[in-house]
Amino acid sequence: MKRAARFIIFYSALLGLWILLAKLKIWPPYLFPTPWGVAEALYGGFKDHTYWIAIRVSMERVLIGYAISVVLGMILGLGVASSKFLEETVGGLLVSLQSLPSICWWPLALLWFGLNQNAILFVVVMGSLLSVTLAMEDGRKQMPKIFGMAGRNLGAKGFKLFWYVLLPASLPFIVSGLKQGWAFAWRSLITAEMLYLSLGLGQVLMMGRDLNDMSAVIAVMLLIIAIGYIVDGVVFRGMERHLQHKWGLTPAT
Amino acid sequence: MSANAQNIPAQFPIPVEPQIPVRSGNPRERLGPVATGRPVRAVSPEIAKVGLSEICLSYRAQSGERLLALDHINLQVKAGEFLCVVGPSGCGKSTLLLLIAGLHQQTSGQVLIDGKPVQGPGTDRIMIFQEHGLFPWLTVGQNIEFGMKMKGIGRAEREEKTAYYLRLVHLGKFKDSYIHQLSGGMRQRVAIARALATEPDVLLMDEPFAALDAQTRDLLHDELERIWSETGRTIIFVTHNVREAVRLGDRVALLTFRPGRVKREFSVELPRPRQLEDPHVARVARAILDELRDEINQSLEAEYNEGVKPHVKPDLEGESRV
Repeated sequence: MKRAARFIIFYSALLGLWILLAKLKIWPPYLFPTPWGVAEALYGGFKDHTYWIAIRVSMERVLIGYAISVVLGMILGLGVASSKFLEETVGGLLVSLQSLPSICWWPLALLWFGLNQNAILFVVVMGSLLSVTLAMEDGRKQMPKIFGMAGRNLGAKGFKLFWYVLLPASLPFIVSGLKQGWAFAWRSLITAEMLYLSLGLGQVLMMGRDLNDMSAVIAVMLLIIAIGYIVDGVVFRGMERHLQHKWGLTPAT
Repeated sequence: MSANAQNIPAQFPIPVEPQIPVRSGNPRERLGPVATGRPVRAVSPEIAKVGLSEICLSYRAQSGERLLALDHINLQVKAGEFLCVVGPSGCGKSTLLLLIAGLHQQTSGQVLIDGKPVQGPGTDRIMIFQEHGLFPWLTVGQNIEFGMKMKGIGRAEREEKTAYYLRLVHLGKFKDSYIHQLSGGMRQRVAIARALATEPDVLLMDEPFAALDAQTRDLLHDELERIWSETGRTIIFVTHNVREAVRLGDRVALLTFRPGRVKREFSVELPRPRQLEDPHVARVARAILDELRDEINQSLEAEYNEGVKPHVKPDLEGESRV
């Protein structure tokens, strides 16, 4: 109750401040859009299906890219975690690559894949792959060794050992990495879409810029935030809760 | 001190010549008609179920020198026998179980099951760990059927057997609970049920009750003794608690401190069911402790000198450890 009240008060105050500043007309409306302008842009965008299409296209891209990252990242992470050689070579490289924003791959991606969907996917994968890999490596190392031994002892080996023992055993340790990977994937996607004119939320945002329509820009920004937040809050929070329930871990505070 | 326990002269209690316990009645009677799986294979009375032959294990310490952990271990365990292995901490008794389980590789020597060398893990030898090693992401029932699932056994049969083994350890109502919802004693019972459900010939138990309180442990001793006599499995039980070893074992093998050797074997010929407080148990335990004391002192001294944090101490009085 208290939490809900705090939430409502804070956001009402924020909105109130925005309305006040807009009403005072310190800046012209094309520099400082009004809340009702943004609401109108949102309404119009959904009504003529522009936003629906953009959301669908963006979600499709990010889901494909993220899925590739998760599969590749788990394989890579497991490899790095289980081999000293890979850890010292590939592992070090991965850590150093982490300081590179994934959009830096854009020029190369354009050359390699052409100006199309695949180039965007490549940037998305490069954005989230490292997080997933490092999380998997870390999770595999943190996972109590006894699970692997018990699994092998009970007759699990090869893929079965991975699928039924190592993967579920390391999930609580990698879920935060998976979450981070998602956040990186989402950001990389929007960045790439802003540079590439073809549907998607990033492009709709740039369209707003080109038309000098700041209401539309803010409307799309709100959409991007909302989608990132919903996936984080629903999918990953749900996954964490589920794991905590099964494992009997107390929720992190 | 000889590496070979068989050479040590017999005194008290009557060492060596392990006897297979004679169990009365039909062991399956009390549990009704559900099959407990194939009967324990006895290839030939002369061939031991588990044979350890000249097992040595050395490893490279952090200082770079090679340390000998196990030194020419020879042990024979007959089918259906309950062998307890005691020794001070750091004697490699748990490692010995890993070798038998095939989860670790000895430097030299052989582990033989029915006379055949062990090649890696196998479901004929299932280990029960001190920290139970149950899978927290699975329910009790799913844990128990895990081994059967890996073997590719069909769902109907898995469910039937899971129910059977749950009843065997008196956890019938907890099939759908998660592991963290159970007490320590219940977890160990699940671990026992999970191990039995893969129908191993040999159960390898690594201090399974060390972390439990005294009452729970007494109860589990009774249950383990009952399950053992009902299922006829071979059990190798590692513990630092001598009284527990005498309470449970047909035979107790005493390992020395680093490198681990079999110092002596004691055969415990007390009638079953036994009680931990039984004066006869205490008397035999006392005799074994007398032999063990030197090893314990060495172990403590080494811990002191090396500045190692003392881990689980051998339990001098055989009472619960805090």
